[in-house]
Amino acid sequence: MASAEGRGELGAWLARVAGALLAGGLMVLLGLPLVSLVLRIDPGVLADRVREPLILQALRLSLVTSLSATAVVVASGLPVAYLLATREFRGKRVLETLIDLPMVLPPTVAGVALLTAFGRNGLAGHALSGAGITLPFTTLGVVVAQAFVAAPFFVGAARAGFQEVDRKYLDAAATLRASPFHALATVLVPLAAPALLAGAATSWARALGEFGATITFAGNMPGVTQTMPLAVYLALQSDLDAAIALSVLLLLFSLTVLLSIRLGPWRLAAVLARARRASR
Amino acid sequence: MLDAHLVKRRDAFALDAAFQAPAGSTTVLVGESGAGKSTALRLLAGLDRLDQGHVVVGAERWADVSAGRHLPAWQRSIGLVAQDYALFPHLSVFDNVAFGLRASGQPRRHARPMVQETLDSLGIAALIDRPAARLSGGQQQRVALARALVLRPKLLLLDEPLSSLDLQTRRAVRGELRALLRRLPCATVYVTHSPVEALVFGDGIVVLERGRVAQAGSREDLLRHPRSPFVAELVGTNLFVGRPVTGGRIVTPTIRTAEGVLALDAEPGPDMVYVTVSPREITLFREAPGGSAQNVFLGTVREMVPEPPAGERVRVVLDANPTLVVEVTREAVASLELREGMRLHAAFKATGVRVYS
Repeated sequence: MASAEGRGELGAWLARVAGALLAGGLMVLLGLPLVSLVLRIDPGVLADRVREPLILQALRLSLVTSLSATAVVVASGLPVAYLLATREFRGKRVLETLIDLPMVLPPTVAGVALLTAFGRNGLAGHALSGAGITLPFTTLGVVVAQAFVAAPFFVGAARAGFQEVDRKYLDAAATLRASPFHALATVLVPLAAPALLAGAATSWARALGEFGATITFAGNMPGVTQTMPLAVYLALQSDLDAAIALSVLLLLFSLTVLLSIRLGPWRLAAVLARARRASR
Repeated sequence: MLDAHLVKRRDAFALDAAFQAPAGSTTVLVGESGAGKSTALRLLAGLDRLDQGHVVVGAERWADVSAGRHLPAWQRSIGLVAQDYALFPHLSVFDNVAFGLRASGQPRRHARPMVQETLDSLGIAALIDRPAARLSGGQQQRVALARALVLRPKLLLLDEPLSSLDLQTRRAVRGELRALLRRLPCATVYVTHSPVEALVFGDGIVVLERGRVAQAGSREDLLRHPRSPFVAELVGTNLFVGRPVTGGRIVTPTIRTAEGVLALDAEPGPDMVYVTVSPREITLFREAPGGSAQNVFLGTVREMVPEPPAGERVRVVLDANPTLVVEVTREAVASLELREGMRLHAAFKATGVRVYS
């Protein structure tokens, strides 16, 4: 009896140790690279590097393209999310799968797919060039690549947000002379605002970090298509300090987005305001 | 004037109800939960589509299935006060009440005086800048009313407007609401499960039972001539429905009901006959009454309720066939040694009933 009990205790102890080792391994895998990245920066070097024209250029291009892509995704994603949240129709499952696909697709494959669609010899290439629009290897192409991979993050969050709004508010709006569009703008969107903002923030972060689809579809031309992640990769081959400086910038940005989603945008704003007051 | 014939089929439920609601008065739709009241309200509002029938208000045909016509809710001149009021939680009282005006294209500055006037008339002008999410139940109810009334609807729909309020507020609001509804020029349809509210608010009352109109009429009509067990219970009397027995050597007029044969003192008409017996006309006996006693029922006492709560009389519910409500004095309770679960005979005289067809 005693030995069986001892064996049971030993087993439980071993399981606990094994669990702790495995969990610790994951923590090291996730945490160590981030910590070492932060440890490697020399604040002076960081400040200098950030002011370099090449980096500034990449930074500006990244902000412009990722914000444009987010705007495109939000504007075109809202009606899709509304449709998915409020209506049942044939082919809904197909549409859902189509929208979610970019999330699991390797980004380089997305880039190749974009080339076959909108490239010079792509399916829609002729129509586009007829209209005077060129996408591959242009800044506009960067926006398209980013929107492609970022869209599912917004549509998913917006749809869930819309579904969580109680139908009774839409019914109330309808009995108060509000057309479906008016109700969408004045009731549904404001009540789903936290989810919409979180979705927009996630897609913005995804667009900002986009690498594979961008380099495949739009190339790597400084000032035109070379966004921050591309600049990091390029810098890594010649100038490690610059790569680290850029990486830290991107890390800080990602962390801010994640925190704002976790805390909720309003609370983050409040926290920042308090921090600003305290620093004054 | 509202003229409605509402037909809607769901899996295990069908609503098929036709009724009218005159302008300037309140028509109560009353029934137990599941009777189809809320479905009826959604069909009137245009939030759901009719399977058959029509909704006509004045000269406007809002819905008519045979003509393929269906105006969506937002194009109908309605006001709906939902059971839990559904005030927009992200807006102030002003923006809630102004919502309909703004949705129909009025600029904010035009809406302001109209909102103010409506809030004033409901005695809640002081709430105008409060967030709607921070109101008491009674305040929410009034704001919801203001939000509907500011649009001067042709049809006002109220879905259990008092049921979300606590007892004390309910009593205060009931009188106010009744007075307000009396002043309105529009047709009002008031949905409730409460017999008391039906009798307090209903100029006209439509009783719904399992999706059908069991009876419709004025308050007086329902009180005097209930025509279904539910209505009888609602007005607190005992109802028998039967057909006259003819031929043979019957001396007293007699009708046959599902519960047996009843003797009456008046000659019933040839058709369906309704007989009500007031709870006070029924006498209770421990032993079967002998002699020529007619209309005797044997049953078990299910419950005994003082009536009124501290009063001289006691309401006894007797599980007989059918269930009978009997009102006796306290002295009778004492002398019969009445208690729940007791087997008793109940009887009423042929003269103690009211007969109508």
